[in-house]
Amino acid sequence: MTEATGMNRARWRQYQYILGQNPLSVFSMTLFLIFVFIAITGSWWVPYDPLASDTANALQPPNANNFFGTDHLGRDVFSRVVVATRLDFFIALSAVSVSLVVGTVLGALAGYFGGWYDKIIGRIADTILAFPLFVLAMGIVAVLGNSLINVIYATVIINIPFYIRVARAEVSIQRNYQYVQAALLSGNSQLRTLFFHVLPNCLPALMVQLSLNMGWAILNAAGLSFIGLGVRPPTAEWGIMVAEGANYIISGEWWLVLFPGFTLMLAVFCFNLLGDALRDLVDPQKRS
Amino acid sequence: MSTSSFLAIRHLAVEFETRNGIVQALDGINIDINKGDMVAVVGESGSGKSVTAYSVLGLLGDNGKISRGSIVYDGMKIHPADKSIFGEIRGNEISMIFQNPMSTLNPIRSVGNQIRDMLLQHVRATRQTADAAVEALLEQVKISDVQRVKKAYPFELSGGMCQRVMIALALACEPRLLIADEPTTGLDVTTQKSIMDLIHNLAQEKGLAVMLITHDLGVAQQYCNRVVVMEKGKVIERSDDHSIFKSPQHPYTQKLLDATPDLYSKVTDLTAEPPQALLSPAPKLSNEPLLSVSNLVKEYSASKRWPWSEKTGGFRAVNNVSFELFKGECLGLVGESGCGKSTLSRVISRLEQPTEGTIIFNGKDISKLSDKEFRESAFRRDIQMVFQDPTGSLNPRHTVAQLIAEPLLRLEASQSKAELAKKVAALAEKVRFPEALIQRLPHQLSGGQKARVGIARAIALNPKLLILDEPTSALDVSVQAIVLQLLEQLRRELGTSYLFVSHDLNVVKMLSQRVLVMQTGEIVEVGETDQVMNNPQHSFTKTLLESIPNLAMSA
Repeated sequence: MTEATGMNRARWRQYQYILGQNPLSVFSMTLFLIFVFIAITGSWWVPYDPLASDTANALQPPNANNFFGTDHLGRDVFSRVVVATRLDFFIALSAVSVSLVVGTVLGALAGYFGGWYDKIIGRIADTILAFPLFVLAMGIVAVLGNSLINVIYATVIINIPFYIRVARAEVSIQRNYQYVQAALLSGNSQLRTLFFHVLPNCLPALMVQLSLNMGWAILNAAGLSFIGLGVRPPTAEWGIMVAEGANYIISGEWWLVLFPGFTLMLAVFCFNLLGDALRDLVDPQKRS
Repeated sequence: MSTSSFLAIRHLAVEFETRNGIVQALDGINIDINKGDMVAVVGESGSGKSVTAYSVLGLLGDNGKISRGSIVYDGMKIHPADKSIFGEIRGNEISMIFQNPMSTLNPIRSVGNQIRDMLLQHVRATRQTADAAVEALLEQVKISDVQRVKKAYPFELSGGMCQRVMIALALACEPRLLIADEPTTGLDVTTQKSIMDLIHNLAQEKGLAVMLITHDLGVAQQYCNRVVVMEKGKVIERSDDHSIFKSPQHPYTQKLLDATPDLYSKVTDLTAEPPQALLSPAPKLSNEPLLSVSNLVKEYSASKRWPWSEKTGGFRAVNNVSFELFKGECLGLVGESGCGKSTLSRVISRLEQPTEGTIIFNGKDISKLSDKEFRESAFRRDIQMVFQDPTGSLNPRHTVAQLIAEPLLRLEASQSKAELAKKVAALAEKVRFPEALIQRLPHQLSGGQKARVGIARAIALNPKLLILDEPTSALDVSVQAIVLQLLEQLRRELGTSYLFVSHDLNVVKMLSQRVLVMQTGEIVEVGETDQVMNNPQHSFTKTLLESIPNLAMSA
């Protein structure tokens, strides 16, 4: 047991060292943790019910009671922004993790076995990428029906080609290393070699893709609700809030758009930075 | 050491700034090169020989700097001096050729155009005369098929041909000093000979000074008139005649000389104190075959672009090969790159399926088993392999302990963690891998340590047949010496049979009792090692033997 804890401690020191190398990684990690904290606990401590309207108090600029002001129905923008975090993160995380798993498996098989299988998978990925992806997502939601789960499906489908491509490229590089043959000689089957030996070595590249896609998936979800697909009012969601607030910019009520928009931007920014941090953590070459 | 030498490096010290602090790469070295000299700078990896060359050309990276000393080229100070001076010198006065010609040439321009660019840029030719100049240069490096090569892209040419093109490029501006950084490493011996002959002749014809950076004492002796030996950033020995090969003064030079195999050396000669176990006479071999291969063919099937189109690109890598390997024997398999020796070893180890023929292993035909049947049979344990690339053959995410344990976990009946750790420790000890490093990852190990891990993993299951696929070609000679002795010792202890695949006859003959010589997929000569070495029958074997640069010392 002591040996194991010793190793864990060493690993922890290792992580600290890597993060220490790059202050931006620490920053993005902290930001990410704050977002996660808000997403999990936000609905318990917000000052107002995010759905409760108070028309007497509509369109108030930011003040001591309503930090981010109130919207056209008198709802507290701060509470709505905080509560929306959970929904937006849920959509992005579930969509991206499903597309990571599906895309990586398909791409890894294509890269490892090649041949006709590779051609078919590759052409499917190309076909999806040939559409303007946002329009494709709109189309998918329109066809499947306007619901939250369908927004997730749509996001999954438009993200899959990226994982297929990254996984395929990485695997076809890695499979030429002799450690793959060594694994086969040690009695691993082809599939086991692929998933337990080759794929872990593709993780650094996939992690970067994952993180970049997270930001993109959040934007995508918000974009779909902005144009009225997926999440429907009065649910608190960044895209809807921006859409609703957009009408009021002309009349000078800027806070309706600014705060959800800025939070959205911060989340996307955070995920993009996180990509670099994650790559450093999963790359064994960084451990010394 | 007169100050008037053509290139004078004086008290040169170079430092690199790294994450782990400042690393002293060169520590006060002196090297002189005169006109017409061919000077070998010899040393193992990390000795600073390449850094020396890079400092002369001002090619040290941003993190490297010359902290002390001076470099004077033909009376002109290169260092300390303004960086802009290198624009004049590089290519025009001093040229360099590199180790890996395939990756130094621009892959997306034909080689003719690359030489042409060079000529035009340095105003050595006009647009009208460039074509003729390119052809003249290619002829100069003894390329017979100038018209084809000129239009070829680097990937269409062999390694040796690319190196010729590199030399043509280096000579394009008629430099007076040529720095060759391991120009023949990674090339076949026959190609090495032709490239080295070419450099040697050109240097003589043109009065070119050459600085040849090499790890191979044989090459140094055969082609260079002066030798400088480097170790850990210092010049430890130099000689203006070849006395260094007969009576080296420094113990490190002696060690290098011992470790460099020649025609007569035995595995015990490679180090000053060989392991005791190797001094006793080798055990008698049985005449019972462990492996008998007959009429083996491996064909890479032609692929079809479309289901209805013609098949294209079929290729027979191993053609009708038959041989026997006896129990406890080490059988050498020698050939040049592309001759099919690696394919043959992969087919025998069943990493690839044979197309035709039979492989009888221990009395049973294993060539007809499917991949899955083979993997689940006992044969998987019995045939193991040590790979050429000690780095690439170790999974970079696994620690040494995990790497050695992998075959035990997969192919041995389930066992407790403690048992497994014990076995791993025993294996590490057997290959003399330091136990303290067992939790390290491969990139934290030296080349020799990585090679040991590869061997430990391969012998973990006590295989009956161990295929050694160029196990030492990526290692320094002194490490190679130790690894070869280790392999020989393990063979005697464990009674394992070896199939030793290598391009280097000098290395193979030290371990093998019999040798197979392979050329273009076929076995052209088989015989007792001594017989093949002393009295080769096939013309290809003769060429191979003649091409090996040999240390003619045998003292």
